[in-house]
Amino acid sequence: MSAARLPAPFGRLVDRERSVTFSFEGRRITGLAGDTIASALAANGQWMLSRSFKYHRPRGLVSAAGLEANALVQVGHEPNVAADRRAITPDLDVRAVNTFGGLDHDLGRAIGLLSRFMPVGFYYRTFYTPRAAWKVWEPVIRRLAGLGTISPKAPHGYFDKAYLFADVAVIGGGPAGLAAALAAAEAGAEVLLVEDGPVLGGSATFARPEPNGVAAVEALAARVQAHPRVTVLTEAVCQGLFADHWLSVTQGNRLNKVRARSVVVATGAHESPAVFRGNDLPGIMLGSAAQRLMRLWAVRPGREAVVLAGNDDAYEVALDLAEAGVRVVAVADLRADPGSDPRVGAVRARGIAVHAGTTVAEALGQDNHVAAVRLAPVTGPGTFGAVGEPVACDLVAMSVGYVPATALLTQGGARIVPDDATFMPRVEDLPAGLFAAGSVGGVWTAERVVEDGTRAGRAAAAHAGHACPVPGPVAPDGEGRTWPIPVFPHPKGKEFIDFDEDLQVHDIIDAAAMGWDHIQLLKRFSTAGMGPTQGKLTNALVQGLLGRVTRQVAPRVGTVTIRPPITGEKLGHLAGRGFEPRRLTALHHRHEALGATMMVAGTWMRPAHYGPDLASAVEAEVAAVRQAVGMIDVSTLGKLEIRGPDAARFLERIYTWKYETLAVGRVRYVLMLDETGGIIDDGVAARVHAEHFYVTATTGGVDRVYRLMQFFNAQWRMKVDIANVTAAYAGINVLGPASRAVVQAVGTTVDLAPDAFPYLGVREGEVGGVPARLMRIGFGGELGYEIHVPASQAGALWDALIKAGAGHGLRPVGVEAQRVLRLEKGHVIVGQDTDSLTHPLEASLGWAVGRKKTDFVGKPALDILEARPQSRRLVGFALDPAAAVIPKENHLVIRDGRIAGRVTSITRSSTLGKVIGLAYVEPDQAGEGTVFTVRADGGTLVSATVVPTPFYDPDNARQEM
Amino acid sequence: MKLMPCPLNGPRNMSEFSYGGEVRVRPEPGADPAVVADYVFHKHNQPEVTREWWCHVPTSTWFIAERNLATDEIVRTYLPSDPLFAEGGTP
Repeated sequence: MSAARLPAPFGRLVDRERSVTFSFEGRRITGLAGDTIASALAANGQWMLSRSFKYHRPRGLVSAAGLEANALVQVGHEPNVAADRRAITPDLDVRAVNTFGGLDHDLGRAIGLLSRFMPVGFYYRTFYTPRAAWKVWEPVIRRLAGLGTISPKAPHGYFDKAYLFADVAVIGGGPAGLAAALAAAEAGAEVLLVEDGPVLGGSATFARPEPNGVAAVEALAARVQAHPRVTVLTEAVCQGLFADHWLSVTQGNRLNKVRARSVVVATGAHESPAVFRGNDLPGIMLGSAAQRLMRLWAVRPGREAVVLAGNDDAYEVALDLAEAGVRVVAVADLRADPGSDPRVGAVRARGIAVHAGTTVAEALGQDNHVAAVRLAPVTGPGTFGAVGEPVACDLVAMSVGYVPATALLTQGGARIVPDDATFMPRVEDLPAGLFAAGSVGGVWTAERVVEDGTRAGRAAAAHAGHACPVPGPVAPDGEGRTWPIPVFPHPKGKEFIDFDEDLQVHDIIDAAAMGWDHIQLLKRFSTAGMGPTQGKLTNALVQGLLGRVTRQVAPRVGTVTIRPPITGEKLGHLAGRGFEPRRLTALHHRHEALGATMMVAGTWMRPAHYGPDLASAVEAEVAAVRQAVGMIDVSTLGKLEIRGPDAARFLERIYTWKYETLAVGRVRYVLMLDETGGIIDDGVAARVHAEHFYVTATTGGVDRVYRLMQFFNAQWRMKVDIANVTAAYAGINVLGPASRAVVQAVGTTVDLAPDAFPYLGVREGEVGGVPARLMRIGFGGELGYEIHVPASQAGALWDALIKAGAGHGLRPVGVEAQRVLRLEKGHVIVGQDTDSLTHPLEASLGWAVGRKKTDFVGKPALDILEARPQSRRLVGFALDPAAAVIPKENHLVIRDGRIAGRVTSITRSSTLGKVIGLAYVEPDQAGEGTVFTVRADGGTLVSATVVPTPFYDPDNARQEM
Repeated sequence: MKLMPCPLNGPRNMSEFSYGGEVRVRPEPGADPAVVADYVFHKHNQPEVTREWWCHVPTSTWFIAERNLATDEIVRTYLPSDPLFAEGGTP
């Protein structure tokens, strides 16, 4: 146990029996279980936590509540950890940020000497002219002005997400939040209470207790925790309030997405610092920070203290310090008359000097810590008179005013209006279902806070549908708690008004003088409030100062918005465990058993090829199809059943071709356009009955096609039923000269004779005892049967085909070989060989457009496009056999030094013994035999010749056997 | 996340819905190219209550939402079979 610790009841969060050792800047530090990094360091006399962003000045904690970037440290691989919020655990490796060569001997501190050469708007003014200068300076500045290091070696962590639902969400577990949670629960609502600290009770856990005050709050907290309808999340931060009461709440490595019917914001208020020369020295902190150190962690914040007061609460701080054994040298009270509050009297009674109408004009440092202050009389707004001799102290506790934590309320749509009576912003226009309780809403004294919380809790429960009597509003009582704009410019500067961004008073004044005198302009030019904590601590001071220098009253100055995330969500929270579907076909495990290399195809997993080696597998699989028989799992194809009296007419309106004349038992290509005339999908339609089509769509396109079919028929209201049966059926494409023999060997009730079941026919029957739909189609250009069966029976059919095919040289064939097979036939893959602007004529698919049709989706635009001069054409090409490099997909077609098109597909065809592909070229290059140039890797130009498609079996004799 | 009141499924998270564009009248084939181009490429997109197509994707339910584009308030939703659709007006 450290000798520096205060005796109980100080230190309500620490366990004095359990010490925890961690490392800071390579030194071993021992704290107590329950300490934060900052409190353990403070207990060991280490007050400096970081170097500042711009000038590398020593910085320590100000709020002890995570409100300033001073306390950000690096923990192992994790950057931007708030040292005043993160609990210590054994072997934490903590490092200070923004230093060169360590915190104590930071070489960057020399920057501070150059500060007069770093005016406000430094980056914009110095480095953006000439333009090239920024390129030189940016890496230097980024290195100098860092906050932590992103480690590429960071280990993977497990981050997950949870979805929570509540009638009433209460944000903040102080007295107001506790009262609201209890009142809402008692009214019948399911309540979620979110508290960012480790314990409930809010300011009651660290402020000077009123008689019976602590016991009352603890009793309230116990009732809340025991209530069956309340769920309490501690050490959980509500990072944002979004539309319709959707909350993001982080807790450890979990992101909770919360949907509530109503929300009570009881986030309280935090103290605001005073601004004077040297106010950023370690040892200068908010009065509430000194109280937190003492009451939460039993840390004595100093030995000799000066208290800077702007309200009566400062006197509680002085009394707390005195009782903890700190010598309070003086209370400097900004107020001309400190008044007759008993707390003031109690301080005077202890013999502590109280200087009325006095400010700290300057703090003096030594060894990176405050060592003395000079006091001076306040002579007007922001001005002081004759400066006194140094008063030695190692702690300055500032209690000069408050800022309500209204960020969530503004995110929820409430308006924040400055209030000249309290000098604190006031909440107005709360939208329905959003409620404020306690000091965030302007209600401060203990018993009124509980009353206000009860009111808000009941109102929230009533809004959520749990009828209950709702008391009237509680009158605000915020007057006299906040001293207006405690900002005291000093002739020699170094009065910091934004610690995160290292901004001094003259930076704000200069920016306003340069014309950046609207708060939004000022923020962006000066970067005030744009640091890691979004200026939570100091925005009000910047706004006040701007109002003072532009002689505007507060409402005209405006305010800035604190956006989500309030403290910060990690990328892990956002990336974490996802819910992207990963779909497996009914044959997935058979592919794995056959040693397939799997690949992602949309949301599906498909076999890319069988066996580990791509090139040899593809060659063997292609050869099997061309010479014997192959078997492809095509289960991922989209499958739609279109049924009803209007089925054929419906397809004619959706697709480009004719279907009313398609005979039952026949299959026809389908091509779908959007209203711009661009190709969006293709497949086939099989007419299995006069009023029933079985339609396929691409693997990635079926969901969109299905949705569009529903969309159009919501308007057309044709007599047709559309069902997406993609997952219900598996498909196996048996392809190759021996396919008829294999299907025959498996046994089928369908007559496979060429005359009885010709090319582009569809038949229903049984194959291997399984009910099946057979279509004589196939991308690959060989005799083949695409067999669709119920997914549950696909495995049995697959096994039967493997067995029957053994004597015929049957091989399973993957996606890669299938792509080669289709390219040899010159077939287009929608999305690869087409883009969003490709219309049928460009893709040489004009044959699939019903020219006599009066209408289909995309026809009005297509008619216009076809009437205009064409700009490009998709052609087949063969690469010059002497080409030094084989181009890849998307390599450019170059003509006279300009881009004339691009390669969309290319492959080495072992069947044909050459490299073939598809490319867009200019229309006058589309003639057979035209030679064009492609720029391949490394800028190498290679030539290719336009050849007619199909490349393989141009008469299509093989597929029609 | 915003809630969308689906006329079939009640209020659901916006992430379950797909936007289908403003409700517009499609030009007949043979219409003037300027009319077709206006239909295909131009959006009305005014800060006022606008009729829009939305689809609840898990149930493939297309419906009309009357939404105030200035405030993002959803005024009402109904199925295209509702007489309100034929009426065509905004409230």
